[in-house]
Amino acid sequence: MTLIQEIDYGTPASKSDKTVTLTIDGRDITVPEGTSIMRAAMEAGIEVPKLCATDMVDAFGSCRLCLVEIEGRNGTPSSCTTPVADGIKVKTQTQRLKDIRKGVMELYISDHPLDCLTCAANGDCELQDMAGAVGLRDVRYGYEGGNHVKARDTSGDINAMWMPKDESNPYFTYDPSKCIVCSRCVRACEEVQGTFALTIEGRGFDSRVSPGMHEDFLSSECVSCGACVQACPTATLTEKSVIEIGQPEHSEITTCAYCGVGCSFKAEMRGEELVRMVPYKDGQANRGHSCVKGRFAWGYANHEDRILSPMIRETVSEPWREVSWDEALTFTANKFKSIQDKYGRDSVGGITSSRCTNEETFLVQKLIRAGFGNNNVDTCARVCHSPTGYGLGQTFGTSAGTQNFDSVEQTDVVMIIGANPTDAHPVFGSRLKKRLRQGAKLIVLDPRKIELVDTAHIKADYHLPLRPGTNVAVVTSLAHVIVTEKLYDEAFIRERCDWDEFEDWAEFVSEARHSPEEVEKVSGVPADLIRGAARLYAKGGNGSIYYGLGVTEHSQGSTTVIAIANLAMATGNIGREGVGVNPLRGQNNVQGSCDMGSFPHELPGYRHISDANTRSIFEDLWGVQLNPEPGLRIPNMLDAAVEGTFKGIYIQGEDILQSDPDTKHVAAGLAAMECVVVQDLFLNETANYAHVFLPGSTFLEKDGTFTNAERRINMVSRVMTPKNGYADWEVTQLLAQAMGLNWNYTHPSEIMAEIAATTPSFANVSYEFLREKGSVQWPCNDAHPNGSPIMHVDGFVRGKGKFIRTEYVATDEKTGPRFPLLLTTGRILSQYNVGAQTRRTGNTAWHPEDVLEIHPHDAENRGLKDGDWVRLASRSGETTLRAQVSERMSPGVVYTTFHHPVTQANVITTDFSDWATNCPEYKVTAVQVSPSNGPSEWQEEYEAQARQSRRIVHVEPAE
Amino acid sequence: MNLHVPGAGVAERAGEIARSMLGMEGPLLPILHAVQEEFGYVPEEALPPIAKALNLSRAEVHGVVTFYHEYRRNPAGRHVLRLCRAEACQSMGCDAVAEQVKQALGVDWHETSKDGNVTLEPVYCLGLCSCAPAAMLDETLIGRVDLDVIREELAEAGR
Repeated sequence: MTLIQEIDYGTPASKSDKTVTLTIDGRDITVPEGTSIMRAAMEAGIEVPKLCATDMVDAFGSCRLCLVEIEGRNGTPSSCTTPVADGIKVKTQTQRLKDIRKGVMELYISDHPLDCLTCAANGDCELQDMAGAVGLRDVRYGYEGGNHVKARDTSGDINAMWMPKDESNPYFTYDPSKCIVCSRCVRACEEVQGTFALTIEGRGFDSRVSPGMHEDFLSSECVSCGACVQACPTATLTEKSVIEIGQPEHSEITTCAYCGVGCSFKAEMRGEELVRMVPYKDGQANRGHSCVKGRFAWGYANHEDRILSPMIRETVSEPWREVSWDEALTFTANKFKSIQDKYGRDSVGGITSSRCTNEETFLVQKLIRAGFGNNNVDTCARVCHSPTGYGLGQTFGTSAGTQNFDSVEQTDVVMIIGANPTDAHPVFGSRLKKRLRQGAKLIVLDPRKIELVDTAHIKADYHLPLRPGTNVAVVTSLAHVIVTEKLYDEAFIRERCDWDEFEDWAEFVSEARHSPEEVEKVSGVPADLIRGAARLYAKGGNGSIYYGLGVTEHSQGSTTVIAIANLAMATGNIGREGVGVNPLRGQNNVQGSCDMGSFPHELPGYRHISDANTRSIFEDLWGVQLNPEPGLRIPNMLDAAVEGTFKGIYIQGEDILQSDPDTKHVAAGLAAMECVVVQDLFLNETANYAHVFLPGSTFLEKDGTFTNAERRINMVSRVMTPKNGYADWEVTQLLAQAMGLNWNYTHPSEIMAEIAATTPSFANVSYEFLREKGSVQWPCNDAHPNGSPIMHVDGFVRGKGKFIRTEYVATDEKTGPRFPLLLTTGRILSQYNVGAQTRRTGNTAWHPEDVLEIHPHDAENRGLKDGDWVRLASRSGETTLRAQVSERMSPGVVYTTFHHPVTQANVITTDFSDWATNCPEYKVTAVQVSPSNGPSEWQEEYEAQARQSRRIVHVEPAE
Repeated sequence: MNLHVPGAGVAERAGEIARSMLGMEGPLLPILHAVQEEFGYVPEEALPPIAKALNLSRAEVHGVVTFYHEYRRNPAGRHVLRLCRAEACQSMGCDAVAEQVKQALGVDWHETSKDGNVTLEPVYCLGLCSCAPAAMLDETLIGRVDLDVIREELAEAGR
């Protein structure tokens, strides 16, 4: 194992098809037109000295180190800013160039500390490397003059040019004394991340890197994505972990375990200690970028709250008792068996995790179908993107997004519906912003003024601030404009879709009640915005739609997905680069957990459980009879538990008590069960009601694969020994063995082989193939040997694209005199989902608690000021939190996140759900907001119950 | 040096100025000039609303403001006296004049006299090399300056 060193070509690759041949240092080199001389040289293995150039940002030409000579041209042009030309002869090393470079380095080093031996960047410092490369032996200018290095000069006077270290960011430090003002950090923040949080302040010798307006990093606009730290050639911006531990000695490529973007990282290690996570340039989802979560927020893996021993208890009022794995697994197996003996085969079930690997998910559903002998398996996609599965399945024939993330580079018009990529899918958000800065147009459908509506260098062309719950009306109205103004793509529809169905749908959407003027009355969106947006999407070139949970988590979630698919088909925006329908999936492996047969009605690969042929594939392999009837969904399991017919559940890596709607109902369901098994890193909220706790392992502690939002199967690598003793797939296998199943997997690759053997869309996937290719997007089989970056290229998977009528039905959750506001819920950049991981990292510096965003008008009516405690009440329950008065909200709409268990936002949400898939209506709850003094009764009771339930008795080992 | 207590309305007013000039090509520098005209300097509180109006980050606006010495970060005296220190003026003895002026006003570069009347700033070439040493009092160029000329001009400018 070695440290993976990626080649820095100095400037980005040119995408030109034309090639140019030139000679560098006597060698003929052929490269695409537009390539810089620096990059061309590096591609041939000739390294031109450089400091301000790096291939993540455009050439800048400020350091004057990369100068070259070109035969027949005057002067010494910089190789980073000079493009190649046919036939030119370039020299990178001449006496003149050597003298210039040495002189430039002398100037740099005359204002740089000489503490290399004790510097955190020692061994990873480009300035040091370049001093070596140019043969610097002496600095004629000395070190005594004006400088930024020393706090006091030789006479003890304060040096006004010196600035202290900024350690405000939890993860990295800014040491201005080491800065060479190459602007790489500033440009990375602008070009890669798109936040523009950094600048060079002053001029000449006064020039300094400044976060915000000479602020510290934490209070500036910085979002802590780490791009600047990665770009810095010196120790000026350095990870605190590197300062503390030292330079890593080996690294492994792995995949981030946070959101559905699925970024590839190098896990850089010292032995089994993780030093840092660095985004991997060859990562096909992230292309070398990262966000604060994946880059820095991995400290939870070593957090003291992690539970490392199995624990059991007879009743949830008892404290936990630490036991051996053997005892815990036997206890669990016996419980499940006795429950099934007493209450019947269908009285137990399980929940797979969208946080675990494909292989682990596959095993959990296999345990339930083959071991428990029923289909009572569900997953958290139930509460997020199950309508995507249904809607896209019905219209296109596959339950997944149609594009890869690279596709965004070709798009001309982007429509974002109910998604907030810069917070929830930050790396995709940055890639999208880059395209928008190049001129792509943007339409945003969201009740909130999300960041993309108006932020540095980004402005939405249309923001449709619709009332929560009116998605179907608005999207259907967009279709109304497209159809009635004949903006649809008839040739595409005739060729690729069912024309009769289109005509039926066109007649439906053309009805006057779907006109923007009528829809304005229910949605609150001005009619001219709907018309303008529809015209832009239909005729603005490549139109792509990206959507999130603001679409799916509604009583008409599936209908909106169908309406979106209709729009894309009607305008011919399917089946090539730059277009498509793209669900932004929330969790790292929520796509994978759906693919792996986590739903009660589907076997892996979205094949219905009632299909005898599919069943027989698994029955033959597993040697069991499978039940042809779909099992229970999560809400049904809880209902059945309350009714007394469902008694035991195995929950791997999901915190349903915090994440699922109507917390009190979930609690009642769990409390009614006789055996609740929770497998997790921490004693999560659900574990308060558990009888068995099986410690889980982190993504750093296991091999496997995650499938991201673009259907990309990425490798996950074990870089350290599981602290709890076993990877999660091993725990499931041990439980299966305890229940008498003959499972003997020795490595997750064997599980993938079983998936490939049974699931046509994964037929050609293997670990060898993934290692060779880096990653692959399913379907990957003989028909698509290299996977499928873009789907539906030559026709829809289901045959003809299907247009379906989308009737708008208002939700039953209505505002009234008692609950006059609409609550919608969402995410924030620094926290992830229920926060179990991110709350246990430095990310709490940005978001220590959930807050309620409320429009100034609504706040004033209630006598509320920014920062006041408020009581938030709905028909389901109430909680308290602090208010944040914000013009990002529309009047009448309030917003909060659900990252913190103290707030328990889901006490408020109701159990209304999507008509097709039971996906809960998180995004619409009628509420009232009023001033408050402190925690609600529920919060106090809950806190007491949680404290009671988390007691652990540490038993002394027997002599 | 004057101590500045920012008025409550700075941000609002700066935002108004910025929005009123959005139609210009390259509006940031003219907006900053207008803000300086209004407040006598460019208050830090003025930058976020300007950034918002122009769809920029506040870091970017800060970078621009600090790049140009013309934009003041603090309030100046009633008058601003700029003494040229570029090559031609140096050859004609501007450094000696500068020392005299500093003593007479009791200030160093970038400082304001105790009575709040004059702020002294260096400048690097006023384009008046033929009449070196050159100076500029507020908007008026002055050639062949010495301490007496400066005194006269200041007296004429009034208090």
